[in-house]
Amino acid sequence: MRVPVSWLREHVALPADVSARGLAAALVRAGLEVETVEDVGADLTGPLVLGRVLEFVDEPQKNGKTIRWCQVDVGNPEPQGIVCGALNFALGDAVVVALPGSVLPGGFAISARPTYGHVSAGMICSERELAIGEEYGGILVLTPAEVGTARPGDDARPLLGLPDAVLDVAVTPDRGYCLSVRGIARETATAFGLPFADPARRPVPAGNDAGWPVVLDDPVGCDRFVARTVRGIDPAAPSPLWLRTRLHLAGMRPISLAVDVTNHVMLELGQPIHGYDRARLRGPIVVRRATAGEQLQTLDGTRRALDVDDLLITDSSGPIGVAGVMGGASTELHEGTTDVVVEAAHFEPTTIARSARRHRLPSEASRRFERGVDDDLAPAAADRVVQLLVDLAGGTADPGVTDLDGRVAREPIALDLGYPARLSGYPFAAGEVVARLTDVGCRVEPAPDGAALVHAPSWRPDLTDPADLVEEVVRLHGYDAIPSVLPPVPATDGYSRREQHVVVVSRALAGAGFVEVRSYPFVGEAAFDALGLPADDPRRRALRLANPLSDEEPLLRTTLLPGLLATARRNIGRGFADLALYEMGLVFRPRHEGPLRAPRPDVHARPSAEELAALDAALPDQPAHVAAVLTGAAELPGWWGPGRPATWADAVEAARVAARAVDAPIRVRAAQVAPWHPGRCAQVVIGDPAAEQVVGYAGELHPRVCAALGLPPRTCAMELDVAPLAAYAEPLTPAPHVSTFPVATQDVALVVDAAVPAAEVEAALRAGAGGLLESVRLFDVYAGEQVGEGRRSLAFALRFRASDRTLTVEEATAARDAAVAEAAARVGAVQRT
Amino acid sequence: MSAPSSDYDPVQVSALQPEEVARARDAALAAVAAATTLEELKAVRLAHAGDRSPLALANREIGALPPAAKADAGQRVGAARGAVRAALEQRHAELEAERDARVLVEETVDVTLPWDRRSRGARHPLTTIVERIADVFVSLGYEVAEGPEVEAEWFNFDALNIPPDHPARTMQDTFFVESADSGVVLRTHTSPVQARTMLAKRTPPIYVIAPGRTYRTDELDATHTPVFSQVEGLVVDEGITMAHLKGTLDHFGAAMFGEGIVTRLRPSYFPFTEPSAEVDLECFVCRGASVGDPDRPCRTCSSEGWIEWGGCGMVNPRVLVACGIDPHRYTGFAFGMGLERTLMFRHGVEDMRDMVEGDVRFTLPFGMEI
Ligand SMILES: [Zn+2]
Repeated sequence: MRVPVSWLREHVALPADVSARGLAAALVRAGLEVETVEDVGADLTGPLVLGRVLEFVDEPQKNGKTIRWCQVDVGNPEPQGIVCGALNFALGDAVVVALPGSVLPGGFAISARPTYGHVSAGMICSERELAIGEEYGGILVLTPAEVGTARPGDDARPLLGLPDAVLDVAVTPDRGYCLSVRGIARETATAFGLPFADPARRPVPAGNDAGWPVVLDDPVGCDRFVARTVRGIDPAAPSPLWLRTRLHLAGMRPISLAVDVTNHVMLELGQPIHGYDRARLRGPIVVRRATAGEQLQTLDGTRRALDVDDLLITDSSGPIGVAGVMGGASTELHEGTTDVVVEAAHFEPTTIARSARRHRLPSEASRRFERGVDDDLAPAAADRVVQLLVDLAGGTADPGVTDLDGRVAREPIALDLGYPARLSGYPFAAGEVVARLTDVGCRVEPAPDGAALVHAPSWRPDLTDPADLVEEVVRLHGYDAIPSVLPPVPATDGYSRREQHVVVVSRALAGAGFVEVRSYPFVGEAAFDALGLPADDPRRRALRLANPLSDEEPLLRTTLLPGLLATARRNIGRGFADLALYEMGLVFRPRHEGPLRAPRPDVHARPSAEELAALDAALPDQPAHVAAVLTGAAELPGWWGPGRPATWADAVEAARVAARAVDAPIRVRAAQVAPWHPGRCAQVVIGDPAAEQVVGYAGELHPRVCAALGLPPRTCAMELDVAPLAAYAEPLTPAPHVSTFPVATQDVALVVDAAVPAAEVEAALRAGAGGLLESVRLFDVYAGEQVGEGRRSLAFALRFRASDRTLTVEEATAARDAAVAEAAARVGAVQRT
Repeated sequence: MSAPSSDYDPVQVSALQPEEVARARDAALAAVAAATTLEELKAVRLAHAGDRSPLALANREIGALPPAAKADAGQRVGAARGAVRAALEQRHAELEAERDARVLVEETVDVTLPWDRRSRGARHPLTTIVERIADVFVSLGYEVAEGPEVEAEWFNFDALNIPPDHPARTMQDTFFVESADSGVVLRTHTSPVQARTMLAKRTPPIYVIAPGRTYRTDELDATHTPVFSQVEGLVVDEGITMAHLKGTLDHFGAAMFGEGIVTRLRPSYFPFTEPSAEVDLECFVCRGASVGDPDRPCRTCSSEGWIEWGGCGMVNPRVLVACGIDPHRYTGFAFGMGLERTLMFRHGVEDMRDMVEGDVRFTLPFGMEI
């Protein structure tokens, strides 16, 4: 809401020394968000004077244009010669002249300059050039009433209402009444402790049967309707300068006098007004819901299919407007309109909000109705329109006054006068509470035992609960008064284990040299195609947004890889070829087929257990994942020697780092899963072999995936589900027994089929070695002639130790032989000699 | 060779003459002193203290002396051998120390050589600032709560006193999942965690901090991102007042921005709090000194002295009711801050896109903690 300060001052006797910024600061303290303070006329400096056109000559130019060479009385003995490009004035007209030395808004400096064969000593100004209005068909010509007693050469600023300032107030949804000068002036008066002249408080004629007939067919949608008639307005009468300027400063475009008047009253009082051309109305106005199939051409020229939920203004011809949103074209005010029927009504906010959204017609009217218009305002607002049309357009007020009032009285709010103090922590006395609420416009009716019945004013439909009243009391007193006290906090659980697990995984990966990224979770089918996911891959089953930012990426990620790999590519493109990145975040997996439908339980009590379960059941699984990608060198070459490229093993190690961070005992085995290289993909599992769970995958990406995504060949990646890792974390680690007896080391080289995984050989050794085994470590892998085609040799170091004695060589050898025997039995291992 | 004997051998006995013993000792000491390496000293030891050295030989002759002379000669030779041994030990220690020092000098390296074989890692500042904030509140005794990002509209709006068709719904440009009437959205704020926490806990006291990712349909530009982060605080207990809210925010401000930094509340509107307020943070860079002083402009607060930080208020009793908490017995407060914005002014991040794009040059300087 843009409010000229001059307009506010009409309703509040604000001292002259209160600046626009001081006013803005006071309103901010009271809870209005003043976004900007704009000075009007501050960038208009130097001599700007009233002039009177004494004579002129029209001079056609070669370029087809006609200029007017004018002699203008600017208060000097000699007239001022000025070239003017506009022709919309006559001899004797009063105009505004910017003399040499003045500067117009936008830094436009005026000087005497030769042009079109004359020396033009100044400029005759238009409203646009003065930044007080739109171009109105040429230069600004002041009417005698607008000139008043001013004489040529006098400063023109006072005639233009300059200087002024405009406050731009962002009005929160609860303060619909501040979408008016009336509302903001009331806040101003309260903030400065000044009396407030309510412009809505005016004598109005009572309703009678002689007005335009109106029928309220939907008392919920419309509970108040006032119709007044003005006849015989002069359709050619222009809007006066003050009206045009105000509308312009308030951000509305002047259109015609009748329309400007309705807009002016809406801005002034907050009551949206609609004017009908009386000659085009057919029979009684009926306010009702639309019926199926009805249509309306709105005054923006669009033909709209109406919804049965739309509240309509109709006459015998059918719909003539969507109530509170936009009028119809058929009864619109037009340049020949002489008789006007003025509508000032009160509509139900939700109805208007829905219609405005349905038809994508957020209008000045709907914005106000949605937030709640003062339901007591219609008679005064209609009367104000009538008065202005009579005063400015020469109309005659019809004695007929239609005023249909179906309002239901509002319940008073029972307020314990001690509640503001209890909720705010500031000791508000009962007397101050009553005084503040009275300032707001409430009527406070004392009741026994410290409570009170508070009748909220008609313009504050947002005040319904005691807490609403507390806010009024506290904000008018000032939020600054609230003391600062830390509450005593009882013992709680702090971080959950899950949160700690996420943190340690993140720290471990960063510690291992990975840089964290956080990509958007939006993906498209193309991302799944690039990963080479088969048609039936569960990761292709993704949730779809109804209104995605990009039609290319309407889905929610089911894997972290698309975003992570895109980030890797971006970094590579910026010159970082050796990358190790990781990401942690949620992925989204639909739980069931069929349309999504979450319930909307009532909010007047805790939902039932079934309702809560249904709410959660409607949501997808949202597990936290961790993923990592590596490209280029894992170790750089340098003075120490050659580097080492990142390989599948680094990706698997990244998975191990993540798992180790939370003490999760994972195992890996070969797998063939997109988007990984079928021969270089590790499946990561956890849990008892009988009921093991797949945690994720790690390895080198498929060459086709690298190519499709524009990533370097042999890019490696891993992705794990965090929850199962955390679930298998050791809750209470048992301490080991540390033996101080000497170690006995035995090395064995086992020849196995090349397809036998090293992990299985190691597992067999562990199983066979018995309780004396301290550790097994694979230290060499050899394939070659000596072991034969299709076979390889795995060399392990076995360490044995007893807790109670020094092992003999025989004991250690026996344990080793048992380990080798188990490996022979399980995987056909043959000891190399 | 010869065992002690009572036979008297005049030839051999000359070696036991005092002058001979002294000469052998002096020769030995001179040789020790002349040795410049451990190898030379080893040869000296062999020659002058070995089995065949003159003093060793002399020692062996003692047995051949008459008993009366034995004591005297034995003492003389023993003293000489002792002096030589001591000299050898001392010289050995000296030479060894010299050699060790020389080796250490020879082994000197250029310790300024880089060792950047492996890349450095770093955590995203949005991650670490979440942890830092959570630490502040966990230290106070709060617990950390979280909720789903794909959320039921009921939690995101209805339970928070934002009924359908309320203008506040349209203010938060919402991503709808599947269709506009599925009842499922990408949460537009972390406030649904309030409702989830109250429903899960059932009875106060409730002291939680809930960081998380949130979504609104803004296009990405220098100051907006459709995917952003918030941190939500919620307290519900007996006797909770706005003063407790203010005290908590002041503590939060000081913990994040420095001792003495306070907050300011400005009346505002949120459907789920009443009274509601905007939270401004005292500028931690200029502490207000830039206000009205054109010579000391402050970029952090645009010379306003205050920085808009977030929203807060007393939990609307309607929200308590929807979550099954008795509003006559309990009151509460809630607050929420945007974390991207917090990072922007706390660390001078100039462009929202830097926090989104994942460029390693942006993240690396933030390291492991913030
Ligand atoms: Zn500052």
